[in-house]
Amino acid sequence: MDKIWLVIQREYLARVKKKSFLLATLITPLIFPAIMGIFVWISLEDEGGDALRIIEVVDENKMFFLESSEQYAFSFSDTDKEEAKKMVQEGDRYGFLYIPEFKLEDPQGIVFYGEENPSMSLISYLENNLRKKIEEQRLFESGIDPKIINEVRTNVGIRSITLDEKGGETVNDATVNYALGFLTGILIYIFIFVYGNQIMQGVIEEKSSRIVEILVSSLKPFQLMLGKIVGIGAVGLTQFLIWVVLIGTLTTFVMGYLGMQMPQQTAMEMANPELANSIPQTSNVAEIMQVISGINFLGLVLSFLFYFLGGYLLYGAMFAAIGSAVEAPSEAQQFMFPVTIPLIAAYMGLFVFVLNDPNSSASFWLSIIPLTSPIAMMGRVSYGVPWSDLVLSMSLLIAGFLFTTWMAGKIYRIGILMHGTKPSYKTLWKWIRMNN
Amino acid sequence: MLQIKNLNKSYGSNKALTDIDLHVPKGVIFGLLGPNGAGKTTLIRIINQIIEGDTGEILIDKEVLNPTHISKIGYLPEERGLYKKMKVWDQLMYFARLKGLSHSEAKSKINFWLEKLEISSWKEKKIEDLSKGMAQKVQFISTIIHEPPLLILDEPFSGFDPVNAELIKNEILELKEKGTTVILSTHRMESVELLCDQVAMINRSKKILDGTIREVKKSFRPEVYKISLRELKQLLPREWIAKEDDGNYNFTLPLSGKTPNEFLSELMQYGEVSQFQEVVPSMEEIFIHQVKATQHG
Repeated sequence: MDKIWLVIQREYLARVKKKSFLLATLITPLIFPAIMGIFVWISLEDEGGDALRIIEVVDENKMFFLESSEQYAFSFSDTDKEEAKKMVQEGDRYGFLYIPEFKLEDPQGIVFYGEENPSMSLISYLENNLRKKIEEQRLFESGIDPKIINEVRTNVGIRSITLDEKGGETVNDATVNYALGFLTGILIYIFIFVYGNQIMQGVIEEKSSRIVEILVSSLKPFQLMLGKIVGIGAVGLTQFLIWVVLIGTLTTFVMGYLGMQMPQQTAMEMANPELANSIPQTSNVAEIMQVISGINFLGLVLSFLFYFLGGYLLYGAMFAAIGSAVEAPSEAQQFMFPVTIPLIAAYMGLFVFVLNDPNSSASFWLSIIPLTSPIAMMGRVSYGVPWSDLVLSMSLLIAGFLFTTWMAGKIYRIGILMHGTKPSYKTLWKWIRMNN
Repeated sequence: MLQIKNLNKSYGSNKALTDIDLHVPKGVIFGLLGPNGAGKTTLIRIINQIIEGDTGEILIDKEVLNPTHISKIGYLPEERGLYKKMKVWDQLMYFARLKGLSHSEAKSKINFWLEKLEISSWKEKKIEDLSKGMAQKVQFISTIIHEPPLLILDEPFSGFDPVNAELIKNEILELKEKGTTVILSTHRMESVELLCDQVAMINRSKKILDGTIREVKKSFRPEVYKISLRELKQLLPREWIAKEDDGNYNFTLPLSGKTPNEFLSELMQYGEVSQFQEVVPSMEEIFIHQVKATQHG
């Protein structure tokens, strides 16, 4: 036990002390907000920074009036097509919209001429505007007052509430559950791959640099393997915790900043959900806040930690076994299938089945089988999952990682001392059955 | 110190060790000889409890081999390495702790050895920044840091430059003076003759000979004599195949049943005997002879 502890310490400190660890730990949580920030900044630049673009409208129906936006201004100066073309060529206009004479029932032949390829947003802006105008005109012609049309326009939003056995009500929103399931599932997926690979690299390093023979004369190969898996897992957990703290702090600051800029009503609703209920037009932000407050966060965090570690231990042992069988990372490729296939299946399953319908039978099996459950179950947990399913899945995962660790140990103790032979699946199987 | 009785080990259908019996007394340097693939490494791994034998018994100080013996053995494998990214000090501390030393014990011993081998100034350097010779010194320290009563060195001189090899050799002799038992596995026979008190030879999984160097050499005396004659009185028989060198006629001849004295007086009839010396085989010759003999047998 003492010796496993020494190995854990070494594996942990050797990694945490590295500069690259510090860098990755501090920079990663900043990367996503930074990328988002850059996009927002670029799009803001795009909208506000450019000069107003003037678009000439050549309307042979003499009927359409388009409202100018921040970016585009429309000019109606009774020009004809040829004159408008000239204006564009001379650079007086950004482009012109040609609307030929047509029957309202069949608007054909509308063309946008421009000096450059127009953006999607401009085209859809024009299309939406023209459609609205044509619809209004047609309704008007069939005798309906435009005022009435404006009055009957309605916004529909469905709120969903789950009832539990005791009659308690929880406001929920599939989008929020989806996002949480997605996020936690992906995190576990990435964690398993990144740290599983570190285990493999570490084992290969010890094997190829021949340190391992000295090590196993001092402790049992199984102790060495376990120490390595636990030590690297602790590194991952440390990194993860630092991220949580960093992101938490950042979010608090950003939210605080946004909070000051929020319109009064929303702020009030957020402060008082009862009030939000009484006001029919609930704003989106308040709704999401309400949903979030309805989620069982303790349960979510605990099951996340469980599947995070369970999945890591299950696959970590497999990565260790693979590392012990080969002499260079490039050789490991041939044994990666049993690891990557279920992981990718779980990842795909999370999107195709679990997040779309957490209660389907495909989702059930994906969340029960230990190879896929660490990722797939997170998709279900965020929606709420029956206790019986959770207990079954968790106990199978524990049994699963005990099994893979046992099997990996058998491959590992022989693999680390084998040099010069390229093992196949058949030799691995022989090692598993070998007694000593 | 170490007693091995009837040890067997096989990998599948391959026999790696067959009925090995060995007795290594305390305080000797014991040469374990044999060509590659003979089973030396397997035997050493079993003593180090890296793998287990199939049948047989191993006793260390009359105790059946068990995990408490790990701290009593120092092992330098033939294939060896260190963590490249780890600092010398951390590395030695790690190995010392794994061998069961406490932190403070390890600290004083590491300091002692770093100073003894004059590499104290390197303790904060990473292995990858050291020269090969320096790394070899660190490797050697890591093997003996816990002052084991039994030291197992597998090809200790391979990969060491001559200066370090000499240094290691002297350290080994010094450890022996202090009562350490050393098992030296090698196929470099010159170091065997220089260092070893006793040897055992393994070939094709079997022990084919053992004993003190003197005993071994004695039993392999081929009774051949190296002879030089001068001022020939009569022609030498054709089959003696003598070479002339500045008036000396040199050849080697077996005793062929005669006593050395009888043989000498016979030679004196041919001329003046300037050299008459028994040819003692080197360990290397015995080694090659034995390996060939077991291969053909």
